[in-house]
Amino acid sequence: MKTIFNIISTTVFLISTLGFAQQTPAGAQTEAVTIQGATAHIGDGTLRENCTLVFENGKITTLGGPEVTAKGQVIDASGKHIYPGFIAPGKSLGLIEVNAVRASNDQDEIGNLIPHIRSIIAYNAESKVVESMRPNGVLLGQITPKGGRISGTSTIVQFDAWNWEDAAVKMDDGIHLNWPTTFRRGRWWLGEPRGFLPNKDYDKQKLEVVTFMQNAKAYGQSGTAEINLPFAAMQGVFDGSQHLYVYAHGEKEIIDAISQIKKMGVANVVLVGGYHAHKVIDFLKENDVPVLVNFTHSLPNFDDDDYDFTYKLPKILVDAGLLVGLQNASASNFQTRNLPFYAGQVVAQGLEKEKALQLITGNTAKILGIEANYGTLEVGKSATLFISEGDALDMRTNQLSRAFIDGRDISLETHQTELWKRYMGKFEGK
Amino acid sequence: MKKRFLTYALLWACATVFAQDYFPKNDGVKAKNNNYTAFTNAKIFITPSNVIENGTLLIQNGKVVQVGATVSIPKNSVVEDLQGKSIYPSFIDVFSGFGVKMPEKAKSTGRSAQYDAEREGFYWNDHIMPENMAIAKFDYDEKKAKELRKLGFGVVNSHIQDGIARGSGVLVALNDEGDASQRILDDKSAQYFSFKKSIAKRQSYPTSLMGATSLMRQLHHDMNWYAQGKVETKDRSLEALIANKGLKQIFAAGDNGNVLRADKIGDQFGVQYTILAGGDEYEHIEDIKKTNATLIVPINFPKAYDVSNPYQAAYVTLKDMRHWNLAPTNPKVLEQSNINFSLTLHGLKSSSDFKSKLMKAISHGLSKSKALEALTTIPAAILGKSNEIGSLQPGRQANFLITSGDLFEKGTILYENWVQGVRSTINDRNQKDIRGDYSLALGGKTYQISISGEPNKPKASVKQDTLKLVSKFSFKSNWLNLAFTDSKGDSYRLVSLVDAQSNNLKGKLIMPNGNESSFTATKTDSIDQKSPVKATSPLSKALPLTFPNVGFGYASKPRQEDILFKNATVWTGETILENTDVLIKDGKVSKVGKDLNPGRAKVIDATGKHLTAGVIDEHSHIAGLSINEAGHNSTAEVRMTDVVDAKDIDIYRNLAGGVTTIQLLHGSANPIGGQSAIIRLKWGESADGLIFPDMPKFIKFALGENVKQSNWQSFSRFPQTRMGVEQIFVDYFQRAKEYDAKKKSGQAVRYDEEMEVLAEILNGERFISCHSYVQSEINMLMKVAEKFDFKVNTFTHILEGYKVADKMAAHGVGGSTFSDWWAYKYEVNDAIPYNAAIMASQGVTVAINSDDAEMSRRLNQEAAKTVKYGGMSEIEAWKTVTLNPAKLLHIDDRVGSVEVGKDADLVLWNNHPLSVYAKAEKTLIEGAVYFDLEKDKMLQAAVKKERSQLINMMLNEKENGAKTQGPKQNKKPKFHCDSL
Repeated sequence: MKTIFNIISTTVFLISTLGFAQQTPAGAQTEAVTIQGATAHIGDGTLRENCTLVFENGKITTLGGPEVTAKGQVIDASGKHIYPGFIAPGKSLGLIEVNAVRASNDQDEIGNLIPHIRSIIAYNAESKVVESMRPNGVLLGQITPKGGRISGTSTIVQFDAWNWEDAAVKMDDGIHLNWPTTFRRGRWWLGEPRGFLPNKDYDKQKLEVVTFMQNAKAYGQSGTAEINLPFAAMQGVFDGSQHLYVYAHGEKEIIDAISQIKKMGVANVVLVGGYHAHKVIDFLKENDVPVLVNFTHSLPNFDDDDYDFTYKLPKILVDAGLLVGLQNASASNFQTRNLPFYAGQVVAQGLEKEKALQLITGNTAKILGIEANYGTLEVGKSATLFISEGDALDMRTNQLSRAFIDGRDISLETHQTELWKRYMGKFEGK
Repeated sequence: MKKRFLTYALLWACATVFAQDYFPKNDGVKAKNNNYTAFTNAKIFITPSNVIENGTLLIQNGKVVQVGATVSIPKNSVVEDLQGKSIYPSFIDVFSGFGVKMPEKAKSTGRSAQYDAEREGFYWNDHIMPENMAIAKFDYDEKKAKELRKLGFGVVNSHIQDGIARGSGVLVALNDEGDASQRILDDKSAQYFSFKKSIAKRQSYPTSLMGATSLMRQLHHDMNWYAQGKVETKDRSLEALIANKGLKQIFAAGDNGNVLRADKIGDQFGVQYTILAGGDEYEHIEDIKKTNATLIVPINFPKAYDVSNPYQAAYVTLKDMRHWNLAPTNPKVLEQSNINFSLTLHGLKSSSDFKSKLMKAISHGLSKSKALEALTTIPAAILGKSNEIGSLQPGRQANFLITSGDLFEKGTILYENWVQGVRSTINDRNQKDIRGDYSLALGGKTYQISISGEPNKPKASVKQDTLKLVSKFSFKSNWLNLAFTDSKGDSYRLVSLVDAQSNNLKGKLIMPNGNESSFTATKTDSIDQKSPVKATSPLSKALPLTFPNVGFGYASKPRQEDILFKNATVWTGETILENTDVLIKDGKVSKVGKDLNPGRAKVIDATGKHLTAGVIDEHSHIAGLSINEAGHNSTAEVRMTDVVDAKDIDIYRNLAGGVTTIQLLHGSANPIGGQSAIIRLKWGESADGLIFPDMPKFIKFALGENVKQSNWQSFSRFPQTRMGVEQIFVDYFQRAKEYDAKKKSGQAVRYDEEMEVLAEILNGERFISCHSYVQSEINMLMKVAEKFDFKVNTFTHILEGYKVADKMAAHGVGGSTFSDWWAYKYEVNDAIPYNAAIMASQGVTVAINSDDAEMSRRLNQEAAKTVKYGGMSEIEAWKTVTLNPAKLLHIDDRVGSVEVGKDADLVLWNNHPLSVYAKAEKTLIEGAVYFDLEKDKMLQAAVKKERSQLINMMLNEKENGAKTQGPKQNKKPKFHCDSL
């Protein structure tokens, strides 16, 4: 009896301290919603004052001024702002919960060229880190395997789901290739300097990737009955149904990677990172390659770089006419809720606010190939959006009151808000 | 060991003429040579400053008997006429590993670190080995001796270059013919120290430079305690250290910062070390000068980087390129600053580079006489052996060089290096210079022989009219051999002992048919004495130093200015004042008000801008050379002030984010960490110049996963649980209490750096900033502190502080937390961004800190998150990165708010300071502008230009045939709490 009591009390204790894993996902939209009086930040570089926005069955049906007749539930958002849900590319959200706890880590499979590894089946839709994205406006993400040369295949998800099937909005959208680097970190434990040294194996590693891709392509043309999983997994990038995300930073790496990949007839190539992309702007334009540039809240790579280099790089690329989005693929997942502020940082460097917003909405949707449904506030697109009390790109004013994913009225509570309320309640005697 | 000695002695006794008088002799008769050798007609450098032309050097039995312009030569003298030649004392290297084998590197066992010493009867730390004697490991190395003599060295002082206390050296003359009884000039010559651990020992402590520094201090205390007879057990290390006290003390520091560090240790204990420098002293020459230390200076000037590939060139920092540019000027700068120094081979990858590097130093301004001093008289003086070596005054050892002329000119030939009166021939000085063109008539045909190249190593070519013939030539000890085959295929061989008196070459000829006859080759032309014209690059221009000497350093140090900020929005600390003027004068805020009169102050229009106090980061790890001393579970003795890196580019980047003051904290590798450095980000000042005036004393403590070593493979160090962490504190504080009580009662105590620091905490003189995560441990430390009757000053990180905010407020401890970090470890599961707001609501003084070089430069934005999460007011939010951390650091009397009388540590923002859109336009510390957005634009352009300039210089040097090194980036890691 005592044992059972112990088990019960332990269970109760666990539930009460850890809370339920995630907020309950919202049900499908049943009633039309009208948001009135808000400043709508469209996500395509434009803005609409005093906007009325109506959505029904998960889709935006009307976007207009005060003249629009309200339908269903009416939300007065006068003085407030509406944004399309922010999109976070290149993240392993839901694949790893606590960085230091190995048991919670599913983001990096062994093997070097493993495009057949699919992130989506390991995606934990009930991750506490994932739900913490939503109160800041980050509602969509590209769930991406990490490590190796070809890390695997990503899937784009929305952040309010019961399970991974519910979550997926674009299944197996792309393959992620970490291009070899011409410099590598010194192995200081072997007596090399702590900084970077030329990578003598660069050409060899490059050839390895190219050979793999050539073989994958040849395999696709052969119609062989014997299945080679890695080769088979690459076919989408050759037939244009999947994107190839190439992570490269240096000038040489960028030029090598894009030329080689284009030569093999890969239609949709995205440069991820691109620390020195500003030095090869014409090349990127000629090849029609969009850039998912590194988040601004990172340090310059080189001591002699301008202190504000990472702040202004996105602006330099935008000004040059490239299609640019922001990612924080190399950062810890919990940081991704700061995505809007990475964009805000570029405003401080002189980029217009609405253009900065595109870096995490409309542009990103285009780059990821989900622009038909997401990324901007347009009639016919998914009602994946939120209302903020103030400017959502500034931490000072980013305050969400409502958020919707595919028209579903999602909770903005999290494990963290619950703890906040519980302890404030304790102190305030509630 | 003695046995080996004896064997050697016996061996040599047979071979040498120097056998000791009192040794029996069984292989012949005792034959003593008391003759003199007289070197006449030479230019003699008796000392670098005492030079005689046409003098005589008289030696006997390995020593100088007389030297001068008029020396009476005894009848039993062998006379060597050195007409036209020069004599120099041979060189001495104080810092050598000659004949002493380095110990083998300890193999890593791959298991947990080893925390205890493995020796018995010695000091508690295995890296302290003053009992080591180089003589015990010494084996005369003839091959190496020959190499060294070839470079001009006659005597070296060798030691075991391993460990922190390395023991004594051995002074050796490079005399192949003598035996140990002659060669070993001193078997206990100088005592050596360094900051580097032994490669042969695995004991973990010290893992850092600051640990090594502390260990040196504690070692001195322990030595003194032991010398007073207070230790009952035997410690052979301390006994050796005591015995070595009378020796010359040499510290292998290794760079300009370490030179200052080593000297500071010496100052504390009344020892003036002679210090092995790093070759970068030119950067801080004034500070170096103040040490009064004699330096041992390497000349391992870096090779140019190969920057021919522009993509790769990007990895080479301006700092490294500048060092390439300026390192060859280092000896000159030392000379000009009147700093006493010797030169050493130490640090050269290949000793054969010695001459070229030395010549480089001279071509960059080092005077020849100083160069000679640095190789002779000064090293002799460093070793306290001026009466024996280093000059050619009577009574000194006959260690000297015979050269064809000026030792420090290119092309000068070193003929002989005499050590202890024994000649080593490097180049035959009697060999004739036969270079020139000769005509040889043979069997009706005429051949032209052309001899060129180095005078001591000539080469020859043979021509028949215009046709070049296949030939083979050698010339040694004046014997010439030449063989050639003419156009018809006939081969001729010529042999000649060249006649010193004749211009022509005469000798034996062997005909193709084997017949022998004689030949005469008539000289037709002398060689052009001028060296062949070779394209030499114009000397690379030495570029000016900046403060600090890295990219974005300033041409001169920023100075205090009197400034009036007009019409700003001023965040005073507790209020926000619109349209307000702030006058700063003499580094202080002088007035805050409306329409202030500027007087002579510079006026800055701040309309539409915000003026605030400088941002203060309670928890930073920038500007440190090391962060964790992880070798013990308590390291209260180590000091971050020992390892401040004033050249860290992150200082500049933090200034650009409005940060003016930081607490440079020890890491979280152990429950009791090291002492903090509170520094101001005065970019351009030396490390000591950054230290906050009257710096309050702080120490880092840590709790949780890091100190339990939960997240890496380490299972042997106590504590492994939070339960153990408590006991560490109780144990140390109890011991500190007893120590302090004993000391206060007037009883003698072994001075324990660690206990001293912990006692300061108990006495309220030092404050704890404790890395903490979960509520249980936070509560625990407060209880421990209460038990020992003190208060914890600050919990840093304090991610579950919100759960015990009431208890914290009651204890009176502040909280310095991250704005929104979590999910990286198990113990941050319940970390919430509302933490700051909740703690503040309960009356805890709350700061937002960084622990991260990136985040620290936007702490204003992190403060803004306290508004977003938990709804703090903007002024309260702003205080979390200014006045509150100032309070927590006990420096709020000087900084943290804009108030009359406080230091003018200010930031002018172009926008609301809590906004992501705000940029710091000017950052001031004590009224000096340390960051200026406009100036930064110029610096960005200047860095680009200078990089290009240096890259071109390097390309030039490469094109002119200089050796280069591959491009690489020398980069310090970015530190966090858990960086080891």
